[in-house]
Amino acid sequence: MEQMHGAAPVTSQTPAGPSGGPTAYQDLLKGLWKDNPVLVQLLGLCPTLAVTNSVMNSVTMGVATLFVLVFSSLFVSALRKLIPNEVRISTYVLIIATFVTIADMALEALVPTTHKALGAFIALIVVNCIILGRQEAFAAKNSIGRSVLDALGMGAGFTVTLLIMGVVRETLGSGTILGASVFGPNFEPWVIMVLPPGGFLTLGGVLLVLGWSRERDIAREKKRAAAPPQNVQVSGMRSGPARVA
Amino acid sequence: MENLAWIFVSSALVNNFTLVLFLGLCAFLGITNSIATALRLGLANLFVLVLTAGSVSLLNYFILESAPFLRIIAFIVVIASLVQIVEMVIKKLSPVLFRELGIYLPLITTNCAILALAIFQTNRNYTFVEGQVFALGAGGGLILALTLMASIREKLQFADVPAIAKGTALVLIIAGSLSLAFMGFAGLMSGA
Repeated sequence: MEQMHGAAPVTSQTPAGPSGGPTAYQDLLKGLWKDNPVLVQLLGLCPTLAVTNSVMNSVTMGVATLFVLVFSSLFVSALRKLIPNEVRISTYVLIIATFVTIADMALEALVPTTHKALGAFIALIVVNCIILGRQEAFAAKNSIGRSVLDALGMGAGFTVTLLIMGVVRETLGSGTILGASVFGPNFEPWVIMVLPPGGFLTLGGVLLVLGWSRERDIAREKKRAAAPPQNVQVSGMRSGPARVA
Repeated sequence: MENLAWIFVSSALVNNFTLVLFLGLCAFLGITNSIATALRLGLANLFVLVLTAGSVSLLNYFILESAPFLRIIAFIVVIASLVQIVEMVIKKLSPVLFRELGIYLPLITTNCAILALAIFQTNRNYTFVEGQVFALGAGGGLILALTLMASIREKLQFADVPAIAKGTALVLIIAGSLSLAFMGFAGLMSGA
């Protein structure tokens, strides 16, 4: 089990983490945008690309992951003093797998069609790096309350990203949102957007927009440093990836 | 025989794990900087895939028949232990290879391609032999995707890329085009 520690550097190199006494508010909000698990940390890309060909699939996947993340964080944080360091990764994986099984069965009972459309990807939440990453980087070191808030934030950030992808891909690829027509009957859908290449291209596009906004912020920062400071507010949150389409 | 050949072609090309089913993207995006590393990682993955497929067949046959709700947990434990064993074996047999693969070796555990293979195999009721062929095909497809990506990225190092596209955005767009190319293989399906 010693070698499992190797997993730590990658999962914990995320820029998040407790530093400088963050408030509960920050714990919750950082996952939404500043440390967004998909767009900033580039974790959990498989489901982000694979299931976002419709809004319904995206939301279901997001909520299922949120559920697993929150409960795993709760348990890992509650048991953090009891879990021996040597077998911690295996323990986390077992806790995660338990909740994934619960989520899998619940979805099968509640939304059978969507469950079928998501297929193996529900079970694959187990190997979603976001979840293991949060356990290793946050829940294993922090109190229950903070871990749950962190999990809620990260899960919400993940869900929002999936939703953005889902809206873009379903609108362009099928001309609908949640099955309701957007452009009317004359719209020729870009079928490619709901097919696998569309996933890669959409996420690439979203990241391009983010890169552009980051470059712009850096340029503005430089300008501000050169000129005397006005009430210019600098934050990464200004331009959302929602503009992508 | 025809069936086996079809399973192989389907898992390697038509339903390529990385470019069509989006499995194992972390490795695909993270470790494709050089062809040599990509190739080695692909081979390690192939090895784990084949071993997993074998163990999963046995597990399904002997145990999980009566306890399907334990599937996910059982699979992940089997995969984690297999990766551990492979790691120890490589460490013993080839310390050089072990050093080169480094951190990526234990990370094979969280490579979704492996767990997905186990689940697909179970859902499709593959026999032991079919499962092995499936794993070989999937591993071959992974190696193909990893080396393709790595060779493109090696060339890209000399290209002048706009600042906003540097890094993952560019890799994703390349992956999109590769994926488009692999869509072409879907035509094979109608011939069968």
